[in-house]
Amino acid sequence: MDLNLTEQELSFRDELRAWLAANLPKDWSEWREKPIEESFPYLRAWQRKLQEGRWAAVSWPKEFGGRSATLMEQAIFWEEMARVEAPPMANSLGLGLIGPTIIAYGTEAQKERFIPKILSAEEIWCQGFSEPNAGSDLAGLQMEAVLDGHHYIVNGQKVWTSYGWVGDWCELVVRTDPSVAKHKGLTVLLVDMKSRGVEVRPLRQMTGESEFNELFFRDVRVPAENVLGKVNDGWNVAMSTLMYERGSYGARLHLIFKRYITRLIALARITQRNGRPAAEDPLIRQKLAQCFAEIEIMRFNQMRAFSRITATGVPGPEGSIQKIFWSELNQRFQQIAQELLGPYGQLQAGDPHAIDNGMWSYGYLRTRGNTIEAGTSEVQRNIIGHFVLGLPRSY
Amino acid sequence: MQFGLSESQEFLRDSARKFFAGECPSAEVRRLMETDTAYDAALWSKLTDQGYTGIIFPETLGGVGLGQVELMLLMEEAGRALLPGPFFSTVVLAGSVLDAVASPAHKNKYLAAICRGEARATVAILESGASWNPRDVHLSVSNGKITGEKLFVSDAAVADFIIVIARNGVFVVESKARGLNISPMSSMDLTRKLYTVEFAETPAEEIGTTANLARAFDIATAALAAELVGGMQRTLDITVEYAKTRKQFGKPIGMFQAVQHQCADMYLETESARSAVYYAGWALEEKSPDAATAVSIAKMYASDAGRTVGNRGIQIHGGMGFTWENDVHLYYRRAKGSETAFGDATFHRERIASLVIDSGSVVAKSA
Repeated sequence: MDLNLTEQELSFRDELRAWLAANLPKDWSEWREKPIEESFPYLRAWQRKLQEGRWAAVSWPKEFGGRSATLMEQAIFWEEMARVEAPPMANSLGLGLIGPTIIAYGTEAQKERFIPKILSAEEIWCQGFSEPNAGSDLAGLQMEAVLDGHHYIVNGQKVWTSYGWVGDWCELVVRTDPSVAKHKGLTVLLVDMKSRGVEVRPLRQMTGESEFNELFFRDVRVPAENVLGKVNDGWNVAMSTLMYERGSYGARLHLIFKRYITRLIALARITQRNGRPAAEDPLIRQKLAQCFAEIEIMRFNQMRAFSRITATGVPGPEGSIQKIFWSELNQRFQQIAQELLGPYGQLQAGDPHAIDNGMWSYGYLRTRGNTIEAGTSEVQRNIIGHFVLGLPRSY
Repeated sequence: MQFGLSESQEFLRDSARKFFAGECPSAEVRRLMETDTAYDAALWSKLTDQGYTGIIFPETLGGVGLGQVELMLLMEEAGRALLPGPFFSTVVLAGSVLDAVASPAHKNKYLAAICRGEARATVAILESGASWNPRDVHLSVSNGKITGEKLFVSDAAVADFIIVIARNGVFVVESKARGLNISPMSSMDLTRKLYTVEFAETPAEEIGTTANLARAFDIATAALAAELVGGMQRTLDITVEYAKTRKQFGKPIGMFQAVQHQCADMYLETESARSAVYYAGWALEEKSPDAATAVSIAKMYASDAGRTVGNRGIQIHGGMGFTWENDVHLYYRRAKGSETAFGDATFHRERIASLVIDSGSVVAKSA
């Protein structure tokens, strides 16, 4: 056990810090509050700039434009990005999930066609997995694709598609063989979102905004050469994408959470409670300390998980601990913020009395999604029960 | 950066697990807990042969000179086996206090005897107020004599000497000293016995000041958290095994999500407590600036999780979990004792608050 950075990790970090010092845009704070539709070109430009320095996809192999970074280096990358409050990258699904899946399963022609434009943010990717009747039971999805000569004819509906509104391409999971067991008849298609018959509608979520879309496919023709991996092996291809989803996301979370709790502690100092600052109220102190401790433990868990993956080479189902831990912690944290802020906690962006321009009311509502998106807490507990503890499958 | 165990650390953990499984199985724990002191001289000499009685102390004193992470691993395994008797009191607590505060001469006399397995010892801290805050210690020694009472002193009946935390220093009282009266307190944990210790004009020799006690107490606190992790792991293992084999409605109960998800939570809490303990061990070893915070985080989390893991373990065992013959309650009893010892979660949350809120030192540390 040695929690100090190695020489190699230090030089990776220092190179990144130097690059960020020279290239980080100074005006992000003017853009970050704007609707994403407006700031999107800005985010594309930022990603292009990162890739000029070969920083957009550090985890990717060098021959595909990445740095073959180790897990620890990836963690350092995300920590540094969070530390300087860098803007997000435009093509985050393409870089984080879909690009690596294409590198793993794609043909040479597919890699050549798609990979460079993922890196340059020329083509934005979205992910068509969930359906109205296939959420946790993803393998039960129904969107059908029927081969007609050299094309698949695709019909059906997808929901919870991030970046659907701006997506140029979509990693789409479809049913190509309805006659076999549900996991066995799936195929992944790479679909041009400008194809005739694709309709994108915004999905308004409980926060009032639309991060996600619904996709409707009506007789959409997809060339057969756009199958990713093997026909009817789509479950394995899709699972590989979901593994990346859990990947290094946790690395940046603890810094983001720490920024929030630092802000909340500052608010506790200036908020009066029974004639003294709330930061001196024993109950508030208990709750803030609990939260601070859990954020630290989230970091320790993450470091242990990374070390374990580095040693064994495979991400284990322990990733499910992290997913449960951060999502449920985030909800508890937002509740503590509400308790501290009292009536002010409910005020939304734009209200002149709102604290931090409504960040806390937004956070309170948005975190309800955390225990649902990317695998519900219930599914994560099933994974731990069955795959980690060896209990019989419950479903 | 590497937050996994090194090969030698894994070796220590595995050999400790094997040692305790062989020398301290459940039947032996149950035999010893029914005795007055839970101490067994033969077991003690085997612990000594393993080097465990000197694990973190300098080789010049007959110790092994290993680090704090290694101590956490050993305590985790001791906790998993529910090792009865004065190991924590003697080696971890008295040993660390001597190591932190005693003069070289006193170390040669007392700490070396602990390392060699020749002495059992304990530390008397709490008084009737039962406060873990050092400010609440009132007893003091004058003219080499002490009068008064200490409570909740673990393993005092088998201690060859008792280290007394007094207002005006740290003192040692020999077990044969006059005016010393030790009587058992009947408490939940049957494997680590507690006592009241009364002094009446009892001779006490000063071994050092209270200035460096904090580090010794932090080591003891983290070690208790490590021991709790071992107990949680054992409770989880027993419970999962039971959930796989116990059938109701024609199915193993572990198939029901109401049961399975509780097992998942037990796993999550055990692993999270373990991460916190390992980090605390590392921070203590490196004397990192956040070591005290790290220790409180570990003890806070393990104190609560030790109890909730036990709650779930008993519940999942159903009627069996409520019987004397099932081992889960033995761990549950120990967990309660360890939860309160050196401050429960509420105590440590307040300590974290004073360390991070009041100092304003909430620093977003980079990797």
